[in-house]
Amino acid sequence: MNGEIERNPHLTPEVMVQVNELIDHYRNRQVNLIPVLEQCQDIVGYLPVELQEYIGRGLNIPGSTVYGVVTFYSYFSMVPKGRHVIKVCMGTACYVRGIGEVLNRIKSLYKLEVGSTTEDMRFSLEAVRCLGACGLAPVIVIDSDTHGGISPDKISEILSRYE
Amino acid sequence: MPKITVEDLQSLKEKSRVDVAIRRGDAFDALTPDEREAKHLLLCDGTGCQATGSAKVKDALREEIDKRGLGEKCKIIETGCNGFCAQGPVMVVQPDGIFYQKLKADDAAEIVEEHLVNGRFVERLMFVDPATKKSIPRLADIPFFSEQQLIVLKNKGIVDPEIIDDYIAFDGYLGAAKALLEMTPQEIIAEVKTSGLRGRGGAGFPTGLKWEFASKSTNDVKYVLCNADEGDPGAFMDRSVLESDPHAVLEGMIIAAKAIGAHQGYIYCRAEYPLAVKRLNIAITHALDYGLLGKDILGSGYDLDLEIYQGAGAFVCGEETALMRSIEGKRGMPRPRPPFPAHQGLFQKPTVLNNVETYANIAQITLKGGDWYAGIGTENSKGTKVFALTGDVKNIGLVEVPMGTSLRSIIYDVGGGIMGKKRKFKAVQLGGPSGGCVPAEFIDTPVDFESIIKVGAIMGSGGMIIMDDHTCMVDMARFFMDFIQDESCGKCTPCREGTKRMLQILEKITNGEGESGDIELLEELSEGIKDGSLCGLGQTAPNPILSTLQHFRDEYDAHIYEKRCPAKRCPALLKFEVDQDVCIKCGICYRRCPADAIEWKKKEPAYIDKNKCIKCMSCISNCPSDAIF
Repeated sequence: MNGEIERNPHLTPEVMVQVNELIDHYRNRQVNLIPVLEQCQDIVGYLPVELQEYIGRGLNIPGSTVYGVVTFYSYFSMVPKGRHVIKVCMGTACYVRGIGEVLNRIKSLYKLEVGSTTEDMRFSLEAVRCLGACGLAPVIVIDSDTHGGISPDKISEILSRYE
Repeated sequence: MPKITVEDLQSLKEKSRVDVAIRRGDAFDALTPDEREAKHLLLCDGTGCQATGSAKVKDALREEIDKRGLGEKCKIIETGCNGFCAQGPVMVVQPDGIFYQKLKADDAAEIVEEHLVNGRFVERLMFVDPATKKSIPRLADIPFFSEQQLIVLKNKGIVDPEIIDDYIAFDGYLGAAKALLEMTPQEIIAEVKTSGLRGRGGAGFPTGLKWEFASKSTNDVKYVLCNADEGDPGAFMDRSVLESDPHAVLEGMIIAAKAIGAHQGYIYCRAEYPLAVKRLNIAITHALDYGLLGKDILGSGYDLDLEIYQGAGAFVCGEETALMRSIEGKRGMPRPRPPFPAHQGLFQKPTVLNNVETYANIAQITLKGGDWYAGIGTENSKGTKVFALTGDVKNIGLVEVPMGTSLRSIIYDVGGGIMGKKRKFKAVQLGGPSGGCVPAEFIDTPVDFESIIKVGAIMGSGGMIIMDDHTCMVDMARFFMDFIQDESCGKCTPCREGTKRMLQILEKITNGEGESGDIELLEELSEGIKDGSLCGLGQTAPNPILSTLQHFRDEYDAHIYEKRCPAKRCPALLKFEVDQDVCIKCGICYRRCPADAIEWKKKEPAYIDKNKCIKCMSCISNCPSDAIF
C-alpha cells in the first residue's frame, strides 16, 4: 500500500513526515478526522485516494468512511490545484451586482470551467459559497487576496498580475 | 500571567478608564485636561477594510505619527469590522468622533498634520450625504450609524478584538463573573427566559427554554456549541461579530455552559472565514491565560474548555443535527428529531447549540437583567436584530436595529435608499435560501419574527438583500434553487431530486423555453418537497419560488407566455437590439463591448451586430438610457 504513496510525486518523504505528525497528534482525540483532512490538504494541496487510505489507517477509520467525508464537503479536493486559485463568490449580494457576467468573462478568457485548472497549471477556477464580504460585492478572491467591486472589464488586468 | 479574580477584572477596567472615556465618550468631563489631549485612531481591520488596504493605511499613519513624535498622545487601534464595509477602509478619530472613509496610504500625512496637529478636520475624506451632497463630519450624525441601536455590536469599532484587556475595559467578563459566582443555573435560565431572547440563527426558538431542557437532562457529560457556520449567501453578521468582538461570544458560551452544566464546548466556524478563526483562536488563548477558560474560572470552581472546529463547507451543517455529526467526523447529514439535542446531541450527550449573535446577547442580559432586554423590541420579538444590508442599496454594511423597526426605515433611513438614480426599489430578500422576497408594497412591514412570515418571507439569520427594478425575480428563484440543489445532502429523495427538477424547470423558463403547466408543476413539487423532507433545508427549499410566485407571478407569465424578461436580465429572452429613439448616442456600449460587436459613431445611435454578439450583458448593464432590449 505504501508503494502507492511513494509513486505519487506530491507525497514526498518530507510531506509525509508532516502528515505523520498530524496523525499522531490527533490519533487519540475524540474529534479528529475533519481537522486532519483539512490540515493535510493545506500541506499537500489536495487529498488523493492513497492519502485518504493512509490517514484512515492512522486514525483507525475505514478508508471508505474517509472517502465519504472527503466527497461530502466542498472544501476538500481530490485533484491538484493550479498555482493560483480563483474563487468567485456566488453569494446573493454578488449575484445581484453581476458576478455571473464576471464569471463568464473569466471562463472565456482562459477557457476554464468551474472546478477545472488551466493546462499550464496557472489558474484553478472555483465558484464558492458566500465569502461574507458582501459590502464589496461583487467579489473574487485570488489565493488570499480579496478583490472587491470588480467588473468584467477589470478582470483581465487583475488576473494578469498572477503568473 | 496568573489567573485573575473578579477584583482583578474591576481593576483592569479601572485602569482603562481614560481609554473608555476617549473612545466612547463616557465620563469624558471627568478627565484631566492632560488626559483629554489623547487621540485614538480607531482604524477598521475587518475583512472588508483589509481587502481595500487598511494595512497600508495603518503603516502610513504610524510612520507619520512617529515622524512628528506624537506616539505618546496618539494611539492607533485596529478594531474589528466597523460595519460600513462599502466605504472602507474607514477610521474614526476619538474623542472628536470624526469619521473618515475610503482612506489611502497617501492620506495619512494630511490626517496627521491637519487633524492631529492643527485640529482641523479633513473634509475631503468625510462621508457625503447622498441627498444633500454635504459632508457629515461626525459618525454620530451619519444616518447609517445614528439610526441604529447597538447591543450585540456595542463593542464594534471600539475595541481591539485581539486584546483581551480592551474587552474587559468595556465591562467584559463581568456577566460571566456574575453568572459563575453569584447565580445558580436556574437563576441564569430564568433571566434569559425573562429577556424573551429567541434564537438568532433563523428559527427563533426561545433560548431560555432550550437551555432549560438541556439543564434538566441528567448526564455526566454535556456540551455547549456555537453555530458559526454562517451559510446563507448574502449574510455576514456572524463574521462581523466574531471579527470585532470574539470575547462576547466566549463569554456567552461560558454563561450557557454554567446554565446547563457543560464543561466542554465547540465553536463550529466555517473555513471561509479565516480572520474570524484567527481572532477566535487568539481570544481563546488570552482567556485561558487569564483563567477565564479552563479550570476553576475566576475562582468559582467551574471548568470549561472551548475549542474551535473548522467546518469544511457544507450548507446543511447549519442544521443542528448535521452540525453535530460533522463535529463527530462524519458526513454532515441531519437525523430525525426527537431525540432532540437537549437530550441526545453531540456524541449522544445533552447539547445546547446557539448561534453567534444569540451568544453575543447573553453577557449583557446576565449583567443588566432580563427585564432590561425585554423592554426593547416588540411583544413577541425582544431585543435587537443584526442585519447584513447588501445589494442595490446606497449604504451597504452591518446594521443593528430594535425588533419591530420597519423595512422602510432600514432601507431608506439607515441604508440611504436605492443606489442608482433612476432605479426603483423592487423587493427585499430576507432569510437566504429558506426565505423569500418581500415586494415594495409591503415595505412598511415591521421586522419581527411573526410579521415577516405574514408577507411570505422569514426573519432568517439576518441577510437582507435589496433589489432594484433590474433584478429578475424568476432568475432570483433560479439562483436560490441552484444553491439549494447543490447543497442538498441527498438523504431525502424529495429534496435531492425535487430541487433538481425545480431548477431544471426554472432554467427552462429563463432560457425562453417555458410552457403552459410549468408554474403548476413547480407548485406541486413545492408541496411534495416541503412535506417529504426531514430537515429545515428541504422543508424550506421551495420558499424562494413560492414567495416570488406569490408576489411576482406576472414575471413568470411574461417569461413563459410572452418570451420576455421584464427586468432585462435573462439573456436568452433579449434581442440585443438598440432602440434608436431612446439611444442617447453616448457610445458607452461601444467602448464596453468585449466582442467588438457594436458599431457607433459620434452623434449616431449604436448598432449591435448579432453575429459577433456574445450576449455578455455588458452593453445592457452599462447603458445609461435603458435603450437596449
